[in-house]
Amino acid sequence: MTDQPTARDEPLVLGIETSCDETGIGIVRGHTLLADAIASSVDEHARFGGVVPEVASRAHLEAVVPTMHRALADAGVALSDVDAIAVTAGPGLAGALLVGVAAAKGYALAAEKPIYGVNHLAAHVAVDTLEHGALPEPAIALLVSGGHSSLLLVEDLARKVTPLGSTIDDAAGEAFDKVARLLGLPFPGGPPIDRAARAGDPSAIPFPRGLSAARDLAAHRYDFSFSGLKTAVARWVEARERAGEPVPVENVAASFQEAVCDVLTAKAVDACRAHGVGTLVIGGGVAANSRIRTLAEERCAKHGITVRVPRPKLCTDNGAMVAALGSHLVAAGVTPSKLDLPADSAMPLTTVNV
Amino acid sequence: MFENRYRLRPAPPFRVPVGGGVLIVVVDSATPAVTAALASVDDTGVELLAASVTVDARAHGELLAPAVTSVLAKGGATPKDLDAVVAGLGPGPFTGLRVGLVTAAALADSLNIPAYGVCSLDALGWAAGPGRVLVATDARRKEIYWAVYEDGVRLTDPAVGKPADVLLSYGAGPLSAGADPRPEPHAARLLDGTRAAVGDGAHRYADILGLPVLDEPRYPPAAGFAALAADRVRDRMPTEPLTPLYLRRPDAVLPGERKPALR
Ligand SMILES: [Zn+2]
Repeated sequence: MTDQPTARDEPLVLGIETSCDETGIGIVRGHTLLADAIASSVDEHARFGGVVPEVASRAHLEAVVPTMHRALADAGVALSDVDAIAVTAGPGLAGALLVGVAAAKGYALAAEKPIYGVNHLAAHVAVDTLEHGALPEPAIALLVSGGHSSLLLVEDLARKVTPLGSTIDDAAGEAFDKVARLLGLPFPGGPPIDRAARAGDPSAIPFPRGLSAARDLAAHRYDFSFSGLKTAVARWVEARERAGEPVPVENVAASFQEAVCDVLTAKAVDACRAHGVGTLVIGGGVAANSRIRTLAEERCAKHGITVRVPRPKLCTDNGAMVAALGSHLVAAGVTPSKLDLPADSAMPLTTVNV
Repeated sequence: MFENRYRLRPAPPFRVPVGGGVLIVVVDSATPAVTAALASVDDTGVELLAASVTVDARAHGELLAPAVTSVLAKGGATPKDLDAVVAGLGPGPFTGLRVGLVTAAALADSLNIPAYGVCSLDALGWAAGPGRVLVATDARRKEIYWAVYEDGVRLTDPAVGKPADVLLSYGAGPLSAGADPRPEPHAARLLDGTRAAVGDGAHRYADILGLPVLDEPRYPPAAGFAALAADRVRDRMPTEPLTPLYLRRPDAVLPGERKPALR
């Protein structure tokens, strides 16, 4: 976080995030992070190998009030001090979103504060302002997590976000989870694969790069596909097992991770160049991966593109990102949402707030 | 006994009550009815000042908060005038149920006032009148949430099950915990005295339940929640955790053996 002075005239905004398995409540003033309280139900999902929506929703209900208390205490503010409450209204798990949206409404109506129902993906972009200050516009955003893999053109973070492409099958983070399971590594798969990969050779196994061949690029220039990669890893591992040979976990992890990061960064750089954009923002849980950061920086440096990646804790889902987007919307004079705003599990990427 | 417990005033708006009465807001989203109400509780009883009931099983999240705002406005009150929040704990379909509970929790937390929970079936049982009645709400998947009441007091734990199995389950309630472990006599004893069934679930499965069904109330009435929490409100009891009565485990399947990619 840059040490910006906290100007009293900047909006003090509280953000609530419950679109997946993290109950996050963050508080920001302008671009300054004041609190980032999180309760995660990830441990409850681990044995199921993926997030169980009902388990996540139940955990959100239990966590909202305690997380709110922590956030307010950490920031040293009272709810009556905040200028607005922002909440993730979509996309995400329907039942999980609804807990956060209803909570935000309850707090907003009791404290008589304006409410902003915001897009989770736009919030992943906005969180970078807490680390690096105002976002140069236009920018390209690469958002990769267990739930999403998208390339966005951000011309105006408050009003004009255009999707360029997204995954046509699995999200990148999902591929990490599935490959981790295949290799006997724990859930979620991102961190253990990142760790294993450090001791492996990324060029050991030539795993496929989805939608990167010339014929695919015509129709899917900015789209991703990780399903074929996941199957290729499974086939490779099983062939080894059938042959009675040991599986070189480090090399598989490194080669798989390289395939994912190669495609993601190549397409992100291509999008920047095609749109004449000089800033690439990377967000989402997979942005915490060490290789994607390095590779993006290497490739962007060659083309004079600035890469902005927030620190890992801000990349994964949290309330601060929602507060950051809320703060941006308040500062941009955007009209608040109505109290009947719906949670929309399939909220389009073009919708910044409802 | 039941009819005079509350009075619905005819025409808003009203002044915020003076003379010892305290204001509460009631929220319940355990059934397709999205319910919010403003009530005054004093030593003589509970007075419903404004109520909003909308039946829409798919829009709890959209409807409830505006309903709370609207009952406050109709009652001439602001959020700061509230002294307690009363919430329906279910049982009910999970997603809708949570909307009411998290709304209630947020209201209470934000205003620093206590929250009290009431089993949503109890509100129906309270309103069903004297004698023994079966209360049933819709649990989807061709099941009901149910409990048995006598003079408004619950005799069995809230349960979920197929309407046809309710008769069997009667024996499993508190009445069977006594000297006689055989379920049949107790089921017979309970059923013998049951004069009617009440609630949305009773309407849906009237033919299977084989009991006369009361037209009203179909959904848990706001006045029932207010009346059942009134003592706690008057005594200014400490706030309660609003723990939902889910009665069912989450649908979650443990992953099986790894599926081979080859073959
Ligand atoms: Zn996310």
